[in-house]
Amino acid sequence: MPTGGGDGGVTSNPLRVPQDRRLPRIAGPCGLVLFGVTGDLSRKKVMPAIYDLANRGLLPPGFALTGFARRDWADQDFAQVVHDAVKQHSRTEFREEVWKQLSEGFRFVPGDFDDDVAFDRLRRTIEELDQVRGTGGNHAFYLAIPPRFFGDVVGQLKEHGLAGATADTWRRVVVEKPFGHDLASAQELNGLLDSAFPDGSVFRIDHYLGKETVQNILAFRFANTMFEPIWNSNYVDHVQITMAEDVGIGGRAGYYDGIGAARDVIQNHLMQLMALVAMEEPTSFDAAALRIEKQKVLASVVLPRDLSRHTARGQYAAGWAGGEKVLGFRQEDGIDPKSTTETFAAVKLGIDSRRWAGVPFYLRTGKRLGRRVTEVAVVFKRAPHLPFGASSTEELTQNALVIRIQPDEGITTRFGSKVPGTAMEIRDVNMDFAYGGSFTESSPEAYERLILDMLLGDPPLFPRHEEVELSWRILDPVLDHWADRDDSGRGPDDYASGGWGPASADEMLARDGRTWRRP
Amino acid sequence: MITIEQTNAAGIAAELVRARRHAGSPAMGMVLTLVIVVEEEYADAALDQTRQASREHPARVLAVVLGDKRGHGTVNAAVGIGNGWGGETALIRLTGEVAKHPESVVLPLLLPDSPVVIWWPHDAPADPAGDPLGRLAQRRITDSASVGRNRSRLLRERCDLHAPGNTDLAWTRLTPWRALLAAALDQHPVKVTGASVSSERANPSADLLVAWLEDRLRVPVARRASDGPGITQVTLDTAAGPIRIARPDGRLATFTTPGRPDRPIALKRRDVPELLAEELRRLDEDEVYAATARRLAHPRPTRKKAR
Repeated sequence: MPTGGGDGGVTSNPLRVPQDRRLPRIAGPCGLVLFGVTGDLSRKKVMPAIYDLANRGLLPPGFALTGFARRDWADQDFAQVVHDAVKQHSRTEFREEVWKQLSEGFRFVPGDFDDDVAFDRLRRTIEELDQVRGTGGNHAFYLAIPPRFFGDVVGQLKEHGLAGATADTWRRVVVEKPFGHDLASAQELNGLLDSAFPDGSVFRIDHYLGKETVQNILAFRFANTMFEPIWNSNYVDHVQITMAEDVGIGGRAGYYDGIGAARDVIQNHLMQLMALVAMEEPTSFDAAALRIEKQKVLASVVLPRDLSRHTARGQYAAGWAGGEKVLGFRQEDGIDPKSTTETFAAVKLGIDSRRWAGVPFYLRTGKRLGRRVTEVAVVFKRAPHLPFGASSTEELTQNALVIRIQPDEGITTRFGSKVPGTAMEIRDVNMDFAYGGSFTESSPEAYERLILDMLLGDPPLFPRHEEVELSWRILDPVLDHWADRDDSGRGPDDYASGGWGPASADEMLARDGRTWRRP
Repeated sequence: MITIEQTNAAGIAAELVRARRHAGSPAMGMVLTLVIVVEEEYADAALDQTRQASREHPARVLAVVLGDKRGHGTVNAAVGIGNGWGGETALIRLTGEVAKHPESVVLPLLLPDSPVVIWWPHDAPADPAGDPLGRLAQRRITDSASVGRNRSRLLRERCDLHAPGNTDLAWTRLTPWRALLAAALDQHPVKVTGASVSSERANPSADLLVAWLEDRLRVPVARRASDGPGITQVTLDTAAGPIRIARPDGRLATFTTPGRPDRPIALKRRDVPELLAEELRRLDEDEVYAATARRLAHPRPTRKKAR
């Protein structure tokens, strides 16, 4: 199967040699069918990413984009929606000639997800595209729709012969989180996708894995010598992984109520970050080798015995955040005033391996916290002996290495340094590496990278169903525990909007003699 | 920019440190030193292009303007740190005797232990690696298309004297063309029996494209003249029919492959900052360019036999 330049292996193409690293990877002839064209995801991420890819010359000539939705639209109405989305959200400049060649490949198919006639029309549209645009029978189906419709759509694709590929064509399906809401539902979803699409054609998007800074964790750890020797329980005291948002749930009440912070963020983004930080060196950077190492970490995760002492959850209360008056979670539009869905979740996890035995990983996420930040903080043990007077080192805490995922992408190390003056006094100082412009302005959006990888059939950055199921296996007991507490009337704690979570989260760390870092 | 007159390398270095301290010692994270050798009239434009390119690659930029080489040597400089960008700049004007020894000013100003790139936006020595400033750099960027006359001859001379680390923006301009051609052969793994390149007259990129195709495909490549802009068409002949990219207007191309409908594709001519950013992305030897330069400098009668 031709896959553009993605195979990277031995090739008979005389124009492509491994030393020629200027040549970008361009996807082979193909088209994308987008379900759910009016959602935020499509308009803010997928459509702009497709335009940006086209602008960078990475989409194949004749690329086709087909929208499918329950709207009474013609092709040009759909083109207008894409046009507006691209103008508003694309990263690269808008160029008329790029738009012209891209928009010639736009099609729209109106219909419901259970409408046989519409899916028949979709099949004919795709066949027509193969003729007119030369998409060569290669098509990806992007399900930017709520998961409850996955069953219908996948069933229809299968029934109308859209899911099956022939020997020299491919069909792929792209799904976004949530990948189920617990282990059982995740397995059901995986079974459903597997029943229609062959192995290796299901691409799960965890957009964190498309971020340059997340990929850099691997470079940071495995391309350097100075960090790996201390990357273990001999030197590391504990690890804190934080993803904080300053906004509330906004207009996502329908999605968020009943899901909550742990399912929304910990199960996917934070578990993946933890796996990348904790894993052993993979034998290579291909998909299989990476997956093996990530799976090993996830499989060796253990939960603390007493979950009520080592997990915490909360809901943001009405108050002031960042100078604005804000509603509490239970007062938000569309949220049941008695909802027990958590908007803040923190868990303590252990990893049973030689490298990490005894080193707790604290994962926390929440909405309406102090500021928007995602970071991994590796906190080191104190020096075993300090040859200074006790009063000289009062301001010295633990050394730390912080990988800042977003915003202000970079790496900070914290260590002790002498305070200028006559007395020997030591305090914490920070040393900063900032990617600056290099990773923020010019680097591709995560979605560009992931959509291109998917069209090339290049899977290392997509979590496999094994990883998804292992993450649920870790989280399910915590969720069950919280549900039990709800039943006995001990729901999530309130926390002040604009702060750093409920008091119970601080107590959870205090029990271990530690404190959360203020990110 | 702070102007300092009658100075030397140490004076410029001290001013760079002072400017950075003055801005509250922001994290610099500069990854390389970029030396530009430029005439006074183009200095501002070159600095501006560098600033855009160095968004992706924060750099210490040393722009060297070589003045009249006679008389008493004088070093004047204008020093500034990034206002809205992540690097620092020194525009260094050398006149008199010192203009014969610019490397003595530049060497002490190189960032420790990091790569050095040199760029001649316009006139460049025929042997960049033998140039006193060029010797300081491991990447030497010329632009054969920027000179007014004898472009093809100059390019050939430079290719003849090619040394590891030399590169030319005429080559960089080809990347999108080469990517499309390579992708076309990924799709149609067929034997190419002949090829042709059409371009405006005196186009160094077209010279390089012909040499690259000859070197890789081992077939004769015809060169045809058109009205431009730049390269207007490339055709690869195969038994199944031609693979063709035609770009008459410098922006939108038509992509033709055997057995598939013609498809439009955007193929815009890129600006210098974009080309420069691509050059700075990889600083090791470009072996494919080296082979292409060899081929251009020493064209061999192409044997019919495949390799």
